[in-house]
Amino acid sequence: MGAFKTYFHRLGSPRWFFDLARPWGVGFAVVGVGGLVVGWVWGLAFAPEDYQQGNSFRIIYVHVPAAHLAQALYLAMGAAGVASLVWRIKLADMFIAVVAPVGMAMAAMALATGAIWGRPTWGAWWVWDARTTSMLVLFFLFVGLVALRQAIPNERQAGRAAAVLAIVGSVNVPIIKYSVDWWLTLHQPASFTLTSAPAMPPSMWLPLVVNVIGLYSFAGAVVVAGMRNEILDREGDAQWVRERLMRRQAAP
Amino acid sequence: MLSLAVAQTRRDLAIVVRARAEALQPLAFFTLAALVFGLASHSPETRAAIAPGVVWALAAIGAALGTEGLFRRDVEEGVLEQLLLHARPLWPAVLGKLLAHWCVTGLPLVLLGALVALALQAPAAAMPTLALSLLLGTPTLTLIGAIAAALTAGIGRGSLLVALLALPLFVPTLIFGASAGFAATAGTDATPQLLWLGALFAAAASAAPFAVAAALRVTQEA
Repeated sequence: MGAFKTYFHRLGSPRWFFDLARPWGVGFAVVGVGGLVVGWVWGLAFAPEDYQQGNSFRIIYVHVPAAHLAQALYLAMGAAGVASLVWRIKLADMFIAVVAPVGMAMAAMALATGAIWGRPTWGAWWVWDARTTSMLVLFFLFVGLVALRQAIPNERQAGRAAAVLAIVGSVNVPIIKYSVDWWLTLHQPASFTLTSAPAMPPSMWLPLVVNVIGLYSFAGAVVVAGMRNEILDREGDAQWVRERLMRRQAAP
Repeated sequence: MLSLAVAQTRRDLAIVVRARAEALQPLAFFTLAALVFGLASHSPETRAAIAPGVVWALAAIGAALGTEGLFRRDVEEGVLEQLLLHARPLWPAVLGKLLAHWCVTGLPLVLLGALVALALQAPAAAMPTLALSLLLGTPTLTLIGAIAAALTAGIGRGSLLVALLALPLFVPTLIFGASAGFAATAGTDATPQLLWLGALFAAAASAAPFAVAAALRVTQEA
């Protein structure tokens, strides 16, 4: 227990995180790339055709993981915002800084694949239905966060302002989702919930699970790498960073 | 606590009274933008059909643009610094400030919004409900908009960033507000929407002042 506690504490300090997170990053990268390659090939080539949508349904293997991940990343930023404001953990600031553009990209990917999927199934690139609309709002929540960070020149102020906005945003995400649901709904209900058995056969949803795990891990690898970069950038004047760089220069 | 809020409201209202022309700008914007919609719609039927939506969309956009400079002068002139030096918490002053701001920008919209909808040829019978929806909804817009304004108070002026931050957060209020207006013009019951607007207001009123205070503190950090 003691060892675990020390490990956890060290994870909160940029200097220790820099080294401790490295194996995490490598692990995420291996699982992520592996999962995505396996999941894509399985989903795109081997999963059975949908009896109604034919082959066009296969975009689900890109669309659903991206949409899931975008929402999860925003809520994770909200949690990091609390950690940043309450315990003043520097790493939480860095986490928000790194995750915001990743989440924005995921929301954009979900919207783009949704449009490509909507064309053959609904006959339109864009439909005002509940889930596409709330994903668009979520995309703009990410855009706002990125824009706010870039608009404030002072690094500390930018970090704290982003933390406040991330908390406010995460509180609002469920309310926005509910209100948009209430407003209009013609989307197929979520094909994937944790509480009930999926409506798809295993040969269809198993590759989806692999893809979800793959994309989450891939994002994990990107975030870890981004945070390590951010640490080097912000702690550039610290003794340990200089020593690290000197050593690297000495032994090429 | 309360006296601090009241003092802040009186101070801000006094500033408004001494710069009257500035205070009328949001209302002029609202009316003029409604005129733009009226001129751009191609038939009286279209105008009447979109009236409640236009009123609510303009209330949201106006609130997003109007809160832009809410705290900037206080940050630049050091008023905020004095408030923070106080031993007392910041949120009562924030609440007082928002009350003054709403009295100038939100409260007139309750009447003006109904008038504009009438001018767009929406049925007169729908006006009480539309006015009530604005009365319940505009304070929420002010409260949420203030968070965005506080977050950007330290940045140079004239930025559209406030609107970019505030508008996504306005979505629930806008949906229930416009829906209440449309229910009223269609002659159906708007009670559920109005109840939702009230719930959103209660939630925003109890949480937003603290978020605003936290965001304002950030601007004073080194």
